[in-house]
Amino acid sequence: MRAEPPGPHHEWLDAAAGPVVRPYTLTGGRVRSAVGFDLVALVVADPDAAPTGRPLLPEHRRLVTACRRPVPVAELAAELDLAVGVVRVLLGDLVSRGLVAVHEPPAAAHLPDNDILKAVVNGLRAL
Amino acid sequence: MDSVRYDRQGSADRIPLALKILIAGGFGAGKTTMVSALSEVRPLQTEEILTDAGAGTDDLSGVEGKSTTTVAMDFGRITINEDLQVYLFGTPGQDRFWFLWDELAFGALGAVVLADTRRLADCFPSIDYFEQRGVPFVVGVNCFEGSRRFGLEAVRQALDLDPGVPLLLCDARERQSGKLLLISLVEHVARQRGEPVPVA
Repeated sequence: MRAEPPGPHHEWLDAAAGPVVRPYTLTGGRVRSAVGFDLVALVVADPDAAPTGRPLLPEHRRLVTACRRPVPVAELAAELDLAVGVVRVLLGDLVSRGLVAVHEPPAAAHLPDNDILKAVVNGLRAL
Repeated sequence: MDSVRYDRQGSADRIPLALKILIAGGFGAGKTTMVSALSEVRPLQTEEILTDAGAGTDDLSGVEGKSTTTVAMDFGRITINEDLQVYLFGTPGQDRFWFLWDELAFGALGAVVLADTRRLADCFPSIDYFEQRGVPFVVGVNCFEGSRRFGLEAVRQALDLDPGVPLLLCDARERQSGKLLLISLVEHVARQRGEPVPVA
């Protein structure tokens, strides 16, 4: 991502903010994926799917390679060193082409049940 | 959001469950330190892009041509078993990043709010946020060297905490201490749901 010097029009910019970037160049200007994709939504590549049609971007291919096993969106972003918003758009492309599936976590109202909470407590105690 | 429904049984490939716990508190309260102490991997960092959408407008037209900036979020991972992982997300410490909090808090199991008695008021916004959104939380009073030792009751009063909210002394650098905070949070979540408190 290209950094550029800050100017007065950057209202977000101060010491707490990161570098100024044009992050959506990679996605061709698209800033929204079709779906939200939670940070801990698990992404897994379909091992049988073969890309057809338009060629994939290198970042698309890296994503597919990185999620041979289920990986959360946040870890994919960290691993590929891409902003989460960009990863969401790229994942949206891959989902629409059937190359990956995204498993959203259950809504807080439904889960986790007491067995899961118990497993978490026991797991933490064992750390 | 629900393009693929969550399915614990899955087919051939079982999809594990990933739970989110937020680590919140004021700037310098020890959020990143706690995530580091608990994570089984070197804490990871991810960036969210700040757009005008974050400033309260939903109009993103033309954003692709705009320069913007990013805010980094630290996160760590604890593997409970092959089907269950806990992700700890340090929340961005600035008020203007609230829109990121909404995303972080969505579906989260709960939150740990770290309080620094030298700057107790710094954790008020976090407490307000979780109270308003009904996200279960516990408060850890991080015992910094040189900080005055307050009684827990005095801190509870100063924070105007609901009597049911667990309040513990902690040391964010110590894994054991962080573990106790997380256990206390999960037990609190179970209590809030009227479930029996999980016992080992």
